[in-house]
Amino acid sequence: MAGTSESNSSPVILLENLVKFFGRFAALRGISASFAPGRLYVVVGDNGAGKSTLLRVVAGLMEPSQGSFTILGSRKVREVAHRVGYMGHAPLLYDELDGMENLRYFAGLYGIHDDEISRNAMRTVGLDPELSRRVGQYSQGMRQRLSLARAVLHNPELMLLDEPFSNVDVRSARDMAAVLGRVRDQGKTIFVVTHQAPLMENVADEFVHMSAGKIVAREEMARAAVAVDPPVRASL
Amino acid sequence: MKKLALISIPLTLFLLALSSYLALAVAPTESTMGDVQRIFYYHVPSGWVAGLCFTINFLASIYYLWSRSPASDAVAAASAEVGVVFGAVLLITGPLWARPVWGIWWTWDARLTTTLILWLIYVSYLVLRRFAAGGQTQVLAAAFAIFGFADVPIVYFSIRWFRTQHPAPVIGGGPDSGLAPPILHVFLTNLALFTVLGMIYLVLRYKLQMQEQALESAHAQAALKGVA
Amino acid sequence: MSTFGVTRSTLAKDLRMEWRSKDAINSMLFFSLLVVVIFSFAFNPTAEESRHIAGGLMWVAFLFAAVVALNQTWARELRNQVLDAYRVSPAPANSLFLAKAIGNFLFVVILECLMAPLFVVFYELRSIGPVWQLIVVALLGTWALVVNGTFFAALSIRTRNREIMLPLILFPISIPALLGMVDATTSILTGEASPVFWIKLLTVYDIVFTSVCLLLFEVVLNAE
Repeated sequence: MAGTSESNSSPVILLENLVKFFGRFAALRGISASFAPGRLYVVVGDNGAGKSTLLRVVAGLMEPSQGSFTILGSRKVREVAHRVGYMGHAPLLYDELDGMENLRYFAGLYGIHDDEISRNAMRTVGLDPELSRRVGQYSQGMRQRLSLARAVLHNPELMLLDEPFSNVDVRSARDMAAVLGRVRDQGKTIFVVTHQAPLMENVADEFVHMSAGKIVAREEMARAAVAVDPPVRASL
Repeated sequence: MKKLALISIPLTLFLLALSSYLALAVAPTESTMGDVQRIFYYHVPSGWVAGLCFTINFLASIYYLWSRSPASDAVAAASAEVGVVFGAVLLITGPLWARPVWGIWWTWDARLTTTLILWLIYVSYLVLRRFAAGGQTQVLAAAFAIFGFADVPIVYFSIRWFRTQHPAPVIGGGPDSGLAPPILHVFLTNLALFTVLGMIYLVLRYKLQMQEQALESAHAQAALKGVA
Repeated sequence: MSTFGVTRSTLAKDLRMEWRSKDAINSMLFFSLLVVVIFSFAFNPTAEESRHIAGGLMWVAFLFAAVVALNQTWARELRNQVLDAYRVSPAPANSLFLAKAIGNFLFVVILECLMAPLFVVFYELRSIGPVWQLIVVALLGTWALVVNGTFFAALSIRTRNREIMLPLILFPISIPALLGMVDATTSILTGEASPVFWIKLLTVYDIVFTSVCLLLFEVVLNAE
């Protein structure tokens, strides 16, 4: 799945001079980039680099101040919302409901009424669907995992995940990373913003380095099909 | 902007002076009400300008939601402020006129109440603009302005009906209750003068708003280029 | 995804959450009781007079109770930023609005059902006009308050002084509806006039403002 060859399909995301201001602060300072589908991109950078802002703009939660972008071939995120999954910095869950109730509700927003799908999503992230504890009483790690389940339960082609590993123990995080790798292998496109780059080294296709509102480097990861050898870093 | 100020300040002073001169010296003393009636020349034109401004605000708000052009938002902001000021003049001169002539400061009839409520709605519009956070201000304010304006006819009719049920003193006739020619002339001239005055304020305020926006843009562009 | 389906599931979710936490319900119930008691001390009329002023008092009391309830509505969606999850989904904005408005409506109606009997008791009220008319007025009037209130509550959560912002922007616009509710209620209680005009006015008000809210809600929801 590694490789630097041009993708023969159209880009999943195409950014054209994307700018975002918060008052006088420029969080995104004119980003133009193209991202091919079916790959796992890891977005890294210091705090304030604009990673979360970029994800929010692409997810349709914020309008860019200048510039435009195409997502899954459309200029309007609303049109392709059912094919996109977003996981934010905050949990995006209702504290007063339990795990299944949360997932059932959000599944309904995507037109999914089959409980088995929600249950599977919970199992995939390592949670027990029968757990009747309210999310407000979950540990941080559990909440994080449920949030991931919520983001992907409608089987989106494109996943935008902001810090999915924060508050999760190392072993679970490695498991989740492996899961993401397998999901990517099924042809999905995944963007992961994280401060814990090493976790993703085995599964990432590309590291996208951001700094001060711009993409400053894109680093292809040449991976072996079976990750026995350490990954070879191709330089930019 | 400076040139505009240099022209407009003397111009507005001149207009104010002229309208006051007309109202206080040129117009004949009214037969029944006496000199107090001269407030009429400030009262009604202020009301007219306020109404004009609020209509402009409504149209600018709709246009803003459709086009998102910063200029239309600036017009909306400016017209609301100027409208509130002239509205305040209207609401203050009204009772000042009513008390000596009709014996009461205020009455809750359809016209007065509608005016007061409209004024309150636009004051709250300005409060909303002040307290909304950042980039959403314009959108939220524009949405609110539409509500406010849509409310006005409803308010008017509801109070008119209320008053047929519970009659109360009605204050004042109004310009259509037959004005003698010299009074009519001064009135119409003042109406025109006040309109010009109002529009000058509006343009000045609009320019100020646009300048503030340009300043923000400049800072923002600098932020884009700047920082390594 | 069907609009009504999402509205229904959102409403069900909100009711379930409300039932579980019981925060808002309990404090609102107590607040309503306090309001009625205080008003009874402040305005202590004879049975004859009471019919003339009860309409006004009741609606002012309902208005204050409604405002406190309305402020809570969106607070729940801001916790954990869970509103983002709704916004990224394909679910329509208006479904969310309707679900919140209907939820608020039910909530305020429950409060009214509790406060009205208290007023009847404290003021020894007996209606001269037909009671079914009172119910129609109450339903139309409550929707008038709630539909704008829900919309403006959504507006005001994005402002700095959100608690005070809501009444500031809601009250002036609601005045005609309030006038209608108060005068209609008084007309019915005293039997001195027909409330038909007010019922028509409230219906027009409800239709106009429900339409405006539905037209503009998506814009407001996505203002960020």
